[in-house]
Amino acid sequence: MGYTLAEKIIAQRIGREVEAGEFIVAPVDVLLAHEGTGPLAVEQFEGLGRERLAVTTLFFFDHAAPSPRRELSNVQKRLRTFAVEKGANVSEAGSGICHQIVTEQWAKPGQIVIGADSHTCTAGALGAFATGMGSTDVAAAMALGKTWLRIPQTLRIEIGGELPPMVAAKDVILHLIGFLGADGATYKALEFGGPVVENMSVEERMTLCNMAVEAGAKEGLCAADEVTHRFLEDQGREEDYVPLSPDPDAVYERVIELDASQLSPQVATPHFVDNARPIEEVEGMSIDQVFIGTCTNGRLSDLRVAAGILKGRKVHPHLRLLVGPASRKTYLAALREGLIETFVEAGAIILPPGCGACVGVHQGVLADGERCLSTQNRNFQGRMGNPRGEILLSSPATAAATAVRGQITDPREFIG
Amino acid sequence: MMESVLHGKVWRFGDGISTDHITPGRYYHLRGDLKALAEHALEDADSDFAQKAQPGDIVVAGKNFGQGSSREHAPLVLKERGIRVVLAQSFARIFFRNAVNVGLVPIICDTGGFETGDEIEVDLERGRVRNLTGGFERFFTPLPPIMQAILADGGLVPHILKRGGFQWDSTP
Repeated sequence: MGYTLAEKIIAQRIGREVEAGEFIVAPVDVLLAHEGTGPLAVEQFEGLGRERLAVTTLFFFDHAAPSPRRELSNVQKRLRTFAVEKGANVSEAGSGICHQIVTEQWAKPGQIVIGADSHTCTAGALGAFATGMGSTDVAAAMALGKTWLRIPQTLRIEIGGELPPMVAAKDVILHLIGFLGADGATYKALEFGGPVVENMSVEERMTLCNMAVEAGAKEGLCAADEVTHRFLEDQGREEDYVPLSPDPDAVYERVIELDASQLSPQVATPHFVDNARPIEEVEGMSIDQVFIGTCTNGRLSDLRVAAGILKGRKVHPHLRLLVGPASRKTYLAALREGLIETFVEAGAIILPPGCGACVGVHQGVLADGERCLSTQNRNFQGRMGNPRGEILLSSPATAAATAVRGQITDPREFIG
Repeated sequence: MMESVLHGKVWRFGDGISTDHITPGRYYHLRGDLKALAEHALEDADSDFAQKAQPGDIVVAGKNFGQGSSREHAPLVLKERGIRVVLAQSFARIFFRNAVNVGLVPIICDTGGFETGDEIEVDLERGRVRNLTGGFERFFTPLPPIMQAILADGGLVPHILKRGGFQWDSTP
């Protein structure tokens, strides 16, 4: 019997045959935490009484960076001290979002990556088994080098056809979550494949895998193929590439076929991600703030699309546009290409690489009754710092078109 | 080890309660002060709960309780408020794991018909919930053995301290 990607990775890492549904203990290759979850992980690690870190441990300052409050500055200081003592790696404020950097610099196909952040599943885009957990699970892995897992059943998402112009990976995943529901894939793996995924860049695959958790999934995965190979080469780590694909006779719980050719740009309305609908149903809704960035859509290809629409145009006077590159690397590349100049000329505010306004800590908190269209992954009530604000989710193209018009706008109006 | 029959008053919540409802991001800076953070527990879903919940009360919810962020502070603030068990139609995966790791019991059962203020009795050994106010009972499937072992030891840290690792670990 063949293996899905998730089963194959676990079987390889523990060196025996496995079955979906089985409970196993597996080695962890890389783990991450940030200033929101790291302090508790450190406290729990210290409670376990181990001297040494048993695994590559990465701390990121991205959720509140640079720190807006002394409590958070002190938390970062504490993590820094621990990291120096124990040999953990610290990614300082301004370096970028943990999931972006883990995918650019650390994760490899076939690895097991865990993180004290729910969007750790982003690294599944490289063909890694990557999943979010809490601080205590991460602390246990810091001490033991292992974690326990239930091998997930897999839903195969087979995406055929061709993406129409101005319709993106974000629209595919929003549509899929709308179809599955916010708990439609709980405990399961989402394995993305088919011609559309084969033609996607790693950046686009990251957008798909990033949002797997919004359908309840443990992880999202894509095969490691020539696209992955070239991506790793571009990051200067060609040696990290190993091809990885599911077996042709893999057993899936369900195969879901999507025809990308039929897709419109999607918008998820408040306060749930699975409220995804075609843009035709929400066009014209007035918007107070647009945010282009985050671990979902703050990459170079996203910024290119947004800048393409904003070039030579102005942000609508009743609206604020925030742009946050996902990492310093992305920021520099966007700067060199002139994208940052385009944004600033249009009237945008450039945020430092990091999570920005998405977590409700700083840099763009909504006023009562305000409405934000964001390229982030969650629109839960209160997410952006105010339970009396509303959040809608879209692709960078829809966000940029909306920033120009001041109301939800179909980006296909900007073709040509 | 907690007693196996828990008696308490219900706080009823709907579907899709997220970790942003339980521990809002605007209190991010309070994560280092669990007592202060717990004063805002579930504030954005029911401000009465944040103000009035008593130790021993029981949270009862609909589908996908705890969806969203991996913040372990979500089960921790409930525990800090003296909540020992959460009943839901279903749980989001990370919250479910986190709850067990910090010693909060997550129970999956049919929660239709439960109302705020109902007196209920949860029998963890028999897998039975009796609604004394409504006069009905529901049954639930026990947690997987791994999670039962962690809960029995009082959470993941005490479990590892007691067993020297994961109890069921057969890897070298």
